[in-house]
Amino acid sequence: MATESVVSRRPVGRRLAGLFHGRPRLQAGTLLAGPVGWLVIGYLGSLAVLLITAFWTVDPLSGEVVQGFSLENVETLVDEPVYRDIVGRTVLIAALVTLTDAILAFPIAFYMAKIASRRGKAILVVAILLPLWSSYLVKVYAWRTMLSNDGVINWALEPFGLQGPGYGMTAIWLVMSYLWLPYMILPIYAGLERIPDSLISASEDLGAHPFTTFRRVTLPLAFPAVVAGSIFTFALTLGDYITPRLVSNEQFIGNVIFANITNNQPFAAALALVPIVVMIAYLLVARRLGAFEHV
Amino acid sequence: MSRTNANSARTAWLVIAGLVAFMVFLAGCGSSNDDNGGGEELQSLGKGEGEVNLVSWAGYVEPAWSKPFEQKTGCTVNNKVAGTSDEMVQLMRSGQYDGVSASGNATARLVDGGDVDPVNVSLVPNYETIFADLKDQPYNTFDGKPYGIPHGRGANLLMWNPDDVKPAPTSWDVVLDPKKAAAYKGQISAYDDPIYIADAAVYLKMHEPDLGIENPYELNEEQFNAAVDLLKEQQPNVGEYWSEAAKQIQAFAGGDATVGTTWQYQYFALQEEGKPVQASPASQGFLPKEGATGWSDTWMISSEAKNPNCMYEWMDWIVSPKVNAEVAEFFGEAPAQSLACDQTADKGFCAKYHADNPAFWERVYYWETPLADCGNGEEDCKDYNEWVQAWTSIKG
Repeated sequence: MATESVVSRRPVGRRLAGLFHGRPRLQAGTLLAGPVGWLVIGYLGSLAVLLITAFWTVDPLSGEVVQGFSLENVETLVDEPVYRDIVGRTVLIAALVTLTDAILAFPIAFYMAKIASRRGKAILVVAILLPLWSSYLVKVYAWRTMLSNDGVINWALEPFGLQGPGYGMTAIWLVMSYLWLPYMILPIYAGLERIPDSLISASEDLGAHPFTTFRRVTLPLAFPAVVAGSIFTFALTLGDYITPRLVSNEQFIGNVIFANITNNQPFAAALALVPIVVMIAYLLVARRLGAFEHV
Repeated sequence: MSRTNANSARTAWLVIAGLVAFMVFLAGCGSSNDDNGGGEELQSLGKGEGEVNLVSWAGYVEPAWSKPFEQKTGCTVNNKVAGTSDEMVQLMRSGQYDGVSASGNATARLVDGGDVDPVNVSLVPNYETIFADLKDQPYNTFDGKPYGIPHGRGANLLMWNPDDVKPAPTSWDVVLDPKKAAAYKGQISAYDDPIYIADAAVYLKMHEPDLGIENPYELNEEQFNAAVDLLKEQQPNVGEYWSEAAKQIQAFAGGDATVGTTWQYQYFALQEEGKPVQASPASQGFLPKEGATGWSDTWMISSEAKNPNCMYEWMDWIVSPKVNAEVAEFFGEAPAQSLACDQTADKGFCAKYHADNPAFWERVYYWETPLADCGNGEEDCKDYNEWVQAWTSIKG
């Protein structure tokens, strides 16, 4: 009885503190409510809306969206060969860009993590981050100018009787590989940093060839980092539509979404599901490969 | 361990399911609120509301003429630039704007959707002196009622680099006839928009009379397929599809394109840069023999306009001789106002852009919205959605 009256006379702040005292679940829950609510409503919620919209249709006469379940959009996507081509092309380029960036990034990241001096390391990190400070559009337009007929690439190759790739698939592959390389280098660098030098020394002491050390020790330990980087490069390529538009005539999934977004939103939503499905498949494969075990 | 995992997974799924249900509920609520206005025009002009919200093409609403308007009328101009006709329709459907500078491939959609109202032209004194051939056109007049004030117009020209393209072409066949176009493989510049299908229809109208094409925006299945097939044959020869003027200027300047369809704006911009470009000469009426597609823009007033008086003031202001001259020169198009030709800074401007040459415009097919209903009562024409889908398949 007496204790109860004491509780009620305490100031609000202290009563609240008392409420949370000894209840770790409540503490964590309150702390996380904001960010989790944002994540769930802002991200998952909009995805849910997208998913629903994909099954709506557009009335051909008025152009108004008709709400109701219909598989029309998905059927168009599957039946029309042009959409299969576009999806195949987008995924192919995304895979090529990822592979190219992985091959380019690994030696650079390895040098940064294991060989370079402290100073050299800092300079390299800045050099890799620096391009990320300039605008995406400026970089793509610069590539457009360089790749043009009278551009610097053709000018440089001319003395050797060669010609640049011009605009097209090769150009997309080049530009995207350039754009997303830092996103591959940084995770691999971080992954390699975490491998103790002693493991590599031990492998050498036990008489392993440097290549064997790389294959049996370094690569398996760094592999999750490579997969992490590949998620960036793959997803960024998959979703891009400006680069294809500026350096080629090829259509990516994003270009078709863009073409449909104003007059046929349900179809655009159905198209937007494709990269989501591809990414989910990609992540499942990555998990199979053990990419998330040590993260 | 595994039990807790299973539990938290179940909780997560429950949360997601709950959210999906919530979203479905929200989506259901937010729907079908589209009872359109009565379609009545304003009868008399009242006092300005203090602001006006516009949707316009880039370059149509600039401080040089919107500031003086604000001083004169007290209506603050809030402008939203739209990149495409589709975007304009979308923005106008939001009901948050008072007016729009709609091209002909948006107007019918806006009227059909009940998004715009007819305009009482007697409240727009400057309408009187607008070029006669811009009034009462199928893309700005519906059921005999004017739905807007003409702003300006332009034609899609055939442009080529005379160093590479010889002899000078007189027909669109140089880019559309598969045999002739093959000579310029990889150097053809085509407009990146579904409405470009109409360019093929204009060509077929003359070269395949059996198809019976009358209006390049009203195509039945057979006519439409012929136009689409022609563009599919053209596709391997196209060097680049352009949508921004800057992209095409760069392509011609950098030697990546040598022949293709263009706007007057790019043609004169390239000439000013001293680049070797040419367009159909006066002897051909400035257009290839088939004629050409073009655009004519119209200021329309929203059926849900919150500031109708300011919008009427704006429509009169933008076609007043001095302002219409300014905007036409800034944008690079022919002014709609006949008196604007005396006000241009470049005295030859109207002649250059053929503003006062009705013979030129007679051969121009202004953009219209392709609709299923094309006036024969049978709803058998291809609508714009099908144009968009076809355009995707043309580009491959």
